[in-house]
Amino acid sequence: MTRRWLSLPLATALLVPLVAACGSDSGGVPVINLYYSTEQNLSTVIEDCNRQAAGRYRIVYNVLPRAADEQRVQMVRRLAAEDSSMDVLGLDVTWTQEFAGAKWIREWTGENAAQVENGTLAGPLETARYEGKLYAAPKNTNVQLLWYRRDLVQQPPTTWAEMMEQARQLRAQGKPFRIITMGAQYEGLVVLFNNLVVSAGGHILNDDWTRAELDSGAVRALQVLQEFASSGLTSPSFTNLIEDPARLEFQAGSGAFHLNWPFVYPAIQQAAPDLARNVGWARYPGIDPGRPSRVTIGGYNLAVSAFSKHPDLAFDAALCLRNEEHQKFSAINDGVPPTIARLYDDPEIAEAYPMKDDILAELQDAAVRPLTPAYQNVSTVLSASLSPPQSIRPEQTANELRKSIQDALESKGVLP
Amino acid sequence: MTHRVETAERPKARVPRPRRGERTERARLSEGKRAERRLGWLLCAPAALVMVAVTGYPIVYSIWLSLQRFDLKFPDEREFVGLDNYVTVLSNGYWWTAFAVTFLITVITVAIELVLGMALALVMHRTIVGRGLIRTSVLIPYGIVTVVAAFSWRYAWTPGTGYLTKLTGAEAPLTERISSLAIIILAEVWKTTPFMALLLLAGLALVPADLLKAAAMDGAGAWQRFTKVMLPVMKPAILVALLFRTLDAFRIFDNIYILTQGANNTSSVSMLTYNNLFRGLNLGIGSTMSVLVFITVAILAFIFIKLFGTAAPGSTEEGRR
Repeated sequence: MTRRWLSLPLATALLVPLVAACGSDSGGVPVINLYYSTEQNLSTVIEDCNRQAAGRYRIVYNVLPRAADEQRVQMVRRLAAEDSSMDVLGLDVTWTQEFAGAKWIREWTGENAAQVENGTLAGPLETARYEGKLYAAPKNTNVQLLWYRRDLVQQPPTTWAEMMEQARQLRAQGKPFRIITMGAQYEGLVVLFNNLVVSAGGHILNDDWTRAELDSGAVRALQVLQEFASSGLTSPSFTNLIEDPARLEFQAGSGAFHLNWPFVYPAIQQAAPDLARNVGWARYPGIDPGRPSRVTIGGYNLAVSAFSKHPDLAFDAALCLRNEEHQKFSAINDGVPPTIARLYDDPEIAEAYPMKDDILAELQDAAVRPLTPAYQNVSTVLSASLSPPQSIRPEQTANELRKSIQDALESKGVLP
Repeated sequence: MTHRVETAERPKARVPRPRRGERTERARLSEGKRAERRLGWLLCAPAALVMVAVTGYPIVYSIWLSLQRFDLKFPDEREFVGLDNYVTVLSNGYWWTAFAVTFLITVITVAIELVLGMALALVMHRTIVGRGLIRTSVLIPYGIVTVVAAFSWRYAWTPGTGYLTKLTGAEAPLTERISSLAIIILAEVWKTTPFMALLLLAGLALVPADLLKAAAMDGAGAWQRFTKVMLPVMKPAILVALLFRTLDAFRIFDNIYILTQGANNTSSVSMLTYNNLFRGLNLGIGSTMSVLVFITVAILAFIFIKLFGTAAPGSTEEGRR
């Protein structure tokens, strides 16, 4: 009978090395594991922080995949398994509430919180809060701008209606006329829709982010989106466009207007210097004349894992990575706009970001995407229902969305 | 399998007080035979234990999860909800769309693979010159990692850079439903036909050459020899190949994940499960879906084994070894 029990140790022997591999920790200087997406010059910042830490901790940069979805899935899987080898996490602004709701990240309190709140722009700071508490430190922010061809457009439009009218005129004159932006079934479409809703004074969710609202402003936004998509004024591949292909299309010359993040500016300068000379920028167009647009903010926040073995050091490391000096460095070298208000007056930033006044103006009354732990569900449901935008039927789509978003908020429904 | 487990277990338990009736025959097994059975059971115990640990436990656990409202985003709201999740999933449009898509892909790919696989098997069986070379080259698609192959299909069908879009003049075929499904099916068929061919080749080897010669002597043509002699003899092998491929095809994931990410209603049930489980972090709904996929696969296996009489080749009749 004893022989039967031989199999148990055998099976255990097979499984143990897999488990043990995760837990090792080298002695000496505590290692702070940073999980962050690809940012070319972030390692320079990390080296600097490690030098400043003078042996208190050493940050190790674990590069996450480029695609946002993959970054999230990778972190989520480890956090769900309570992996203690993650310390500082780079979170897209829309994941912060989700991670906080799941109790995967620590609240920022006391001196640390005060340091984060001091001098940080209100919009980005709002994305780092959940239920009134601070759960992350905004590292960089982002807003889309209207880019236009100065050789074709004299006065940049301030509303969508005006922009479409100008494009129609250009088309009639046989000139490049297209309004190029992202319309594929993904987060980018949700950002576009959110821009329209908030600019129209509408709401996707109520103010507490607990109930689906889709008021008249949202219906208005659906109308504009549908009209735009079926006007023939945008790219033929609108429903398949994401950020970079959209930029490439504008750069190739068929567009008069382009709605995209600031990364396009240096990219076009490098790839098409002739065209770049004629590229101007302005605030993102609004819905109603006289009411400026309100534009969705993107960007990244730094959070400390709830399972970290060195939380105090992790908070210090996160603070170092996003301090004024390092945000300035990243803004200039990696094209990620800073979250510290004062930096927008810095002459070096002004040189790297000639459009900084428009960025700052948009940031001052920015729109945030729904700040709910269920954001991922809401976003998935939204992009599936809005795609393709030309087949939106405003009233009906709003009614359908009200039901499916409510289900998504309560994690009741099935995600597409 | 279960059959043998019983006969091996019972005598052991009954040794102290044998009973009358139909069981006496088993009790009469000689001491040696019983020892042999026990040894056999002991020998497969480690494997059985590992199997229970790595498959049994997750299955039971996911059934348990599927009966709960359990969303990682809302850890405090975990509760037992009975069959609510099943009602939610089974009354949902996305689920049935994905189910129909999966079913369609399964039926079409397996049908095409059977025909092509049979042709390839015949070629491999008949070749005399360069046999090794032909067999190896046929197997290459099966040796390539599915994800890698799916990426090359995706790039080939990307407008602007892809050679297949240029060749066919198609405009962004991966952005429309019908063309996306066709490409997914093409990728699946390309990938797994060699596997089908390999299984069928094993079946072809079972057909005695004498039988074919005798049929030829009796005046049977090539087609008649194929349909009247080869196919009936190969039936067990064909059924096994179909069973394997059907179960496999029903769980299609990687090709869709890379090619369309499920856009334009091209999600399969596995893709939908992944989206709810890993992207949505909804363990309740996600587990419900995986249990439903498991049940569907089990039903398919049952149909094949009980109704069509599929069995491992060479063990069709009971008792034969």
